[in-house]
Amino acid sequence: MGADLIHFFTTNWLGQAIVILAQCLLVTVPLLLSVAYMTYADRKIWASIQLRRGPNVVGPFGLLQPMADGLKLVLKETIVPSSANAVLFILAPMITFITALIAWAVVPFDDGWVIADINVGILYLFAISSLGVYGIIIAGWASNSKYAFLGALRSAAQMVSYEVSIGFVLVTVLLCVGSLNLSKVVLAQSGGFWNWFWLPLLPMFVIFFVSALAETNRTPFDLPMSEAELVAGFHTEYSSMTFGLFFLGEYANMILLSALGAVLFLGGWMSPIPFAPFTWVPGVVWFALKIAFLLFVFSWTKGTLPRYRYDQLMRLGWKVFLPVSLGWVVLTAAVLQFGGWVPKS
Amino acid sequence: MASLDRTARSFLLSELVTGFMLTLKYMFKPKVTVNYPYEKGPLSPRFRGEHALRRYPNGEERCIACKLCEAICPAQAITIEAEPRDDGSRRTTRYDIDMTKCIYCGFCQEACPVDAIVEGPNFEFATENREELMYNKDKLLANGDRWEPVIAANLKSDAAYR
Repeated sequence: MGADLIHFFTTNWLGQAIVILAQCLLVTVPLLLSVAYMTYADRKIWASIQLRRGPNVVGPFGLLQPMADGLKLVLKETIVPSSANAVLFILAPMITFITALIAWAVVPFDDGWVIADINVGILYLFAISSLGVYGIIIAGWASNSKYAFLGALRSAAQMVSYEVSIGFVLVTVLLCVGSLNLSKVVLAQSGGFWNWFWLPLLPMFVIFFVSALAETNRTPFDLPMSEAELVAGFHTEYSSMTFGLFFLGEYANMILLSALGAVLFLGGWMSPIPFAPFTWVPGVVWFALKIAFLLFVFSWTKGTLPRYRYDQLMRLGWKVFLPVSLGWVVLTAAVLQFGGWVPKS
Repeated sequence: MASLDRTARSFLLSELVTGFMLTLKYMFKPKVTVNYPYEKGPLSPRFRGEHALRRYPNGEERCIACKLCEAICPAQAITIEAEPRDDGSRRTTRYDIDMTKCIYCGFCQEACPVDAIVEGPNFEFATENREELMYNKDKLLANGDRWEPVIAANLKSDAAYR
């Protein structure tokens, strides 16, 4: 019987489809839940920084607030502006949301816990996060509104600029690893937290984090949706669940980049201290904790920093991060080559 | 040397780190929010909230229809019509306040020679439509009956300073 079941799930097309579906659900459901509670945590953290309480009325400690917000979004009417291109208008939030979700296919949650263990994982992630720009630029174009359009232009320009330096950060990491497979990246950092890449590549970690902020349009780089000038940026015309999808996609992207940061620099599922009581904790818990830490820094940043001006943003991206990260790629390569540390693959 | 210092500081993100530490420190300070619907801040006895028409302890309404409040009201929110009552005393037949016009300046209670119209301590009188904010005499007298203990205490505690 057991052998039959294994046979069914590994060879029969229906069995395989069920397995794939189950894997997708296993990733997306916790992801969407964490998105919901990320909004709650965000609001609580900003509130604490400003000496406020944050949501505390809906449910115990306001814990049901994300559910109430989600319910409100679903119940509202979806308005498609009469001058908008309806097909693209509806398509844009879907693109943003789907690209934010499918990137999770290559993220290793624990040793071997990865849906698609492909050898070009980093490249896949990079390609998918570039596709995310399309959702935004299509939204801005299809809305047929000046605010949305300007917001989309800013957003696209910003994401493209900072993707360049993220690219170089990824190159330095994979120089040290010798593989594009994300599981191999984590395995290359085995040992305690002093073996993780954040320490030898600290400047790149900082650049990665700042670029991740810019990539997800978060403060201090949230000028695509700067309320004072552009109402809400590219999603000005969106309402109800179309807006909800943008919102979910944005937060899912944030969690994705935190996960990428955890994999690349914080040793993925590895325990920070490599002996007994700490190694008993399942790797997925350590991974979640690391993501949570990075997300906390995201919110902390939002509570601390004011918004950049557009020209400052571009200057930072092209005149500071690009040369520094490019220089660091060369430096890392030289150190690996002449120090005799080139990874054997 | 100064430029080296500045460059080092900007590359080590020292200003950012200082700022982040400050916000982290604030994160653990006690909250200052008043948890509004469950707890409320203190109100001054001079607080000018929702209007009320008061009565004498024997139940007789105080207002003598002198129309000083109507005259002084800068927003012209008050409308009064008056006639002699059967016993010959002068009383209002209509006393309306348009609460959507009122600016809560308190001139009406300052002008009132008999402390009839007062602005009470109630500030939670939001309504679901505009019409409910057109107060008439019945509503104002009802307010007076409802808030009389608080209003009287407030007037007494503030009397020394008037």
